[in-house]
Amino acid sequence: MVADAVKAGAILFVAALVQVTVLNRLRIFGGGPDLLLLALVGVSLLRGSVFGAAGGFCAGLVVDTADLGTLGLTSLVLTVAGYWIGRYGETTGRDRVHAPFVSVAVVTVLASFGELLLHFMIGDQVSARLVLLDALFPSILLNLALTAPVYALCRRLLRPPELAELATEVRLLG
Amino acid sequence: MPRTRAPRARLAVLGSAAQRSASASYSSRTRNALTRRAVMGVLVLLSLALITVYFRESTGGPLHRTQGVGASILRPFEVGVERIARPFRDVYGYFHGLAVARSQNAHLRSDLERYRQLYIQNATALHDNVQLRQMLNYEQGPSFPADYRPVNTRVIAGPPSQFEQQIVVAAGSNQGIARYDPVVTPAGLVGDVTKVFSNVARVTLLTDDQSAVGAMNLRGASGLVRHGASPGGTLILDQVTKDQVVYRGDRVLTQGSLAGGLPSIYPRGIPIGTVTHVGQSDVGLYKDIQLKPFVDFTSLESAIVLVPKVRSAQLP
Repeated sequence: MVADAVKAGAILFVAALVQVTVLNRLRIFGGGPDLLLLALVGVSLLRGSVFGAAGGFCAGLVVDTADLGTLGLTSLVLTVAGYWIGRYGETTGRDRVHAPFVSVAVVTVLASFGELLLHFMIGDQVSARLVLLDALFPSILLNLALTAPVYALCRRLLRPPELAELATEVRLLG
Repeated sequence: MPRTRAPRARLAVLGSAAQRSASASYSSRTRNALTRRAVMGVLVLLSLALITVYFRESTGGPLHRTQGVGASILRPFEVGVERIARPFRDVYGYFHGLAVARSQNAHLRSDLERYRQLYIQNATALHDNVQLRQMLNYEQGPSFPADYRPVNTRVIAGPPSQFEQQIVVAAGSNQGIARYDPVVTPAGLVGDVTKVFSNVARVTLLTDDQSAVGAMNLRGASGLVRHGASPGGTLILDQVTKDQVVYRGDRVLTQGSLAGGLPSIYPRGIPIGTVTHVGQSDVGLYKDIQLKPFVDFTSLESAIVLVPKVRSAQLP
């Protein structure tokens, strides 16, 4: 458990730093890849909703601290995202090959909406057109392109749980 | 002894790897769900609290100070990541620059084409402006015939061949133009209207072999301006008797009347050209006089049709 937490923390910390330092400046067809979100998808799918929520919260704090943004804003978005992905991984998405891709596509959209909404609520000058029309579609494509390698790396570092560890969550019919 | 399994027993195996009672499994699930929701709720509330406090406090508040300390701690890590990523970013920047340069090149080419067209439009507008200003000055000047009103028009077709010295203008009977109306430019006489339609008219130039204009110089000599035999749009002043005085360089104008006092279709005083050659032979009845027209018939772009304010009986 502790080893898993350290590994997941390291993955998310490095991903947050790379995101803030390198990838946030990158613009490809108007969008940019979100490595932190991809890493969070990997951790949450492999370690569940509690890990996802806590990891998202801490990673969000790192991002907000590093780029001197509103503290807690990215944390809130990533906490919800990590929790949702974790729940999806624990239930319908378990052992599905397409689960990481579905999670990345959905969470990219929801995180964009969420961040836009929060920025709007605290009175920041944000362009909905830029976020939702110009950048969203390229960002989804870029994230989907990076999903497989990032998820494979997370899977290598975080051993998938045994079936027995998750069996209590299964609802049986009959 | 072979064992027979009931269906219920198989379901139980699938339900849990460990043999647990139903009540124990249920309570464990409930506890897990509660823990999960509690963690989620706490984290969300914590995030909201952070946002609220951070948003409300001043820049010197505790959260801002903590953020500053955190940023200072993260700074070396960021520098390290940045240094590791720099070669990759440079490679990306190189290829991205190439791609951008290509698209920029296409963009600049389209811009260049657009501005070239704009330049042509502006140059044409300037040219038209100069011409229209000249026409306006002429129409408002003292040399414009008083009994006529101007119809400014564009030349839409030039002479079809060297043998047919006619042009087409973009004005016709709808603008009040009728056959035999004189056509001028600010430089001088062009010709007269020989065919009229509703919105276009054909103008026969002075250089056509069918044209003849009663003309005079300022010394009182009069004759008939007709097309010249030599190419290049030259004219001759014909039927000037040897006793009349004409010198090289004299300006020739329309006379406003024909021989015998008959009225001309052209008003008096419209410039036609300058005398370039004066000669006479012993056997000829008239002087040989060549004119260089003021109007350049090869580059007519616009013209003024002189429409009489009071139209007299039509000529046949």
